[in-house]
Amino acid sequence: MLAFLVKRTANAALVMLTVAFMAFMIFRFVGDPVEMMLNEQATQAERAELRERLGLNDGFAMQFVRFVTNALQGDFGISYRNQQDVMKLIGERFPATFELVIVATILSLVVGIPLGVITAIHRDSWLSDTLQMTSIVGVSLPSFVVGIVLILIFSITLGVLPAFGRGDVVQLGWWSTGVLTPSGRAALVLPAISLSLFQITLVMRLVRAEMLEVLRTDFIKFARARGLPARLVNFRHALRNCLMPVITMTGMQIGNLIAFALITETVFQWPGMGMLFIQAVTFVDIPVMAAYLVLVSFIFVAINTVVDITYAVVDPRLREDAAR
Amino acid sequence: MKKFAAVACAVATLAAAPLVATHANTLKWGANRDIGSLDPYSYGDSFTINVLNHVYEGLVRYDRDLKIEPALATSWEVMADGVTWRFKLRQGVKFHNGNPFTADDVVASLIRVSHETSPLKGNLPAYASSKVVDDHTVDIVLNGTYPLLLNDLTNIHIFDKEWLVANNAELPTDIGKKVEGYATYNANGTGPFKVESRQPDAKTVFVVNPDWWDTPQHNLTRIELNPITSAATRVAALLSGEINFTNEAPVQDLPRLAASPSVKVLERTDLRTIMLGFNRRAELVDGGKNPLNDLRVRTAMYQAINMDQIQKRVMRGKSRNAGALVAPEIPGYAPELDERLPFDADKAKALLAEAGYPEGFEFVFNCMQGGYVNEEEICQAIAAMWSRVGLKPKLDIAPRAVQTPKRTGGKTDVYTIGWATLPMLDAYSPLIQILHTKEGTAGVFNWGDWSYPELDKLVQAAGKELDTPKRLALETQALKIAKDEIILLPLHQQPMAWAVGNDVKEMPQFPDNKPRLWYTKM
Repeated sequence: MLAFLVKRTANAALVMLTVAFMAFMIFRFVGDPVEMMLNEQATQAERAELRERLGLNDGFAMQFVRFVTNALQGDFGISYRNQQDVMKLIGERFPATFELVIVATILSLVVGIPLGVITAIHRDSWLSDTLQMTSIVGVSLPSFVVGIVLILIFSITLGVLPAFGRGDVVQLGWWSTGVLTPSGRAALVLPAISLSLFQITLVMRLVRAEMLEVLRTDFIKFARARGLPARLVNFRHALRNCLMPVITMTGMQIGNLIAFALITETVFQWPGMGMLFIQAVTFVDIPVMAAYLVLVSFIFVAINTVVDITYAVVDPRLREDAAR
Repeated sequence: MKKFAAVACAVATLAAAPLVATHANTLKWGANRDIGSLDPYSYGDSFTINVLNHVYEGLVRYDRDLKIEPALATSWEVMADGVTWRFKLRQGVKFHNGNPFTADDVVASLIRVSHETSPLKGNLPAYASSKVVDDHTVDIVLNGTYPLLLNDLTNIHIFDKEWLVANNAELPTDIGKKVEGYATYNANGTGPFKVESRQPDAKTVFVVNPDWWDTPQHNLTRIELNPITSAATRVAALLSGEINFTNEAPVQDLPRLAASPSVKVLERTDLRTIMLGFNRRAELVDGGKNPLNDLRVRTAMYQAINMDQIQKRVMRGKSRNAGALVAPEIPGYAPELDERLPFDADKAKALLAEAGYPEGFEFVFNCMQGGYVNEEEICQAIAAMWSRVGLKPKLDIAPRAVQTPKRTGGKTDVYTIGWATLPMLDAYSPLIQILHTKEGTAGVFNWGDWSYPELDKLVQAAGKELDTPKRLALETQALKIAKDEIILLPLHQQPMAWAVGNDVKEMPQFPDNKPRLWYTKM
């Protein structure tokens, strides 16, 4: 078991290092931050001098080693554009993204699971067919289109929900939250729906497939034969048995949602990490880009590693395969 | 005279007051991006400086007609030595924290902005030193005779020295040292508005400064700056009334905005002249002999472009075709230089043949994605027109941050360049920055590496001439050389569009595309 743990952790570290390396490769092609930082009247000498001070003249290997050494100590430097500590900057934005992702996840479960159950029970009804069709549309529509359509309906035509921003936020220590104020809750609705739409269809299809499997098993037949009410059979016996994969998938999708929130955040001007990253790309703010990529890949790697280890704890066969 | 105007304005405000005095006047401004920081000296970014100009002020400022008028300084004179400027400062001005404004503050601010780690150092190129004469008099010493100090000073915001010292912010924030600065999060100026709160990328709130030294010509009580990056969302927010002002109304949505009863669209042409520059080294990027050094070739490329068609089709009639390198509003502009060479494809072909390129030649045409208004479409149209006369342009389109290193590094043959003469607002700006030979601090944007000693001499003379009419005559002469030699090929002044909600009564639109909300009435 110990060997397995060491191996998994080493794997994770290697993935992180590769991501950092690739991110660094990309930075060579995003452009020159100095051109964006100085204004039109700066002289060539001033540009060269700033480049020197930022260490942009050093070789690639040198810059990469310095970045990894600093990153290991949690130091990602100072944003070129905002002139703020990068970790603090990301820390300020993380609550916004996290709240959005959590609300979207809850929404996807609350809506997706019942829909999945309904389509599984009433397999060939028109309702189930319509839902199935709609879910295909949900999967295939790009999320910025969904966002714009939602804004068009709820902000412009009906005028009931705000088109952009996070509303008023309340500061709880370092965590800023929008769920405690009416305007914050209103602002959360459209971005959460647009982010969760893909997730809802995913959950619905997964639940449906699992339900169809379980409904065919003997113990359901016996439960029916015993004369238990259909509601009880479907929701207590059948649904409970298909929730395991749904929960696993939902957990693993959180990393995805954080990464995909980038598009939703841009459409709704949601002041989260994705917005920060997009701004950083526009202004070639390398410290922010580097920290964001490393952080997001860390979330991915951490979730996957934890899931792998949990599986190994549950299922000894995986453990032995890996140790061999 | 100024006082009279101020009184007249105050009377006008009083007359209009009963209509609007009932509720607070909040301008909800949806910009396409956020300011970088609350520190105007943090980043060489004109939008940040423009927004912070509502909080901080300079010694002088632009009035409604973009003429320089006194602000924190009331008068000034050039001393006998020609390089020392003496400024008399306004009495009774207070910073937002209540500190009085004195000569010490001016000197501390000038030291801060001209420090070697300041990204704004280039905004004050002639500055050598400054000293306090008395509490309300300052001497600024320059490194040579220089006529445009006042233009430069419009953008140099004055900080409170005591506040800088107390918060250890006397020097600009140095990102190289990885230490944050106090002025990044806090502001204390003398301007018409005070910062109430700021959440980066979300909202920055300004409230009116009741103790402002000047008589307000606006009636705003509050400005909320909301950055909204996505153009579609910005339009939606404007239509739904969540914002009532944007300084970046997307060109493609203008008809829709204009059709809405609750929105007014404000349009005009910008000061920014869009031009093409040429590689003038001995060789093209691909290593062949450079035909662009031949004036006949440049003339052919000029006459092959049908600007009227671009104006009608690509710019939807909203641009202004230009023959001169600066817009009509810019000092140094001369109407006789604004004639374009006529479009004549046959003449272009003949000129190419005469120059020895009847079959044309291949070259790289460098354009930016999302750079200037409709830039990609303009470049595609021009490339097609050039192909029609036999030239073989290879279009290279990528984002600004990717293209700039290629341009500065001489890795392009023909490129787009837009110049609004900001922050100077004078023809001297493109002359010294683009057209002058690349040497010392001059010709930073001379990406094609050309050199016209005759033009350089005129530009240098203009840079030392304190008599304005004489200086402008020198600049016009230099611009004529640039036109005759087609150093740059002018295309047009691009359009700009703002939009306001119906509740905004008065919003003067400035051709430098900078909102000055202290002239706004609701």
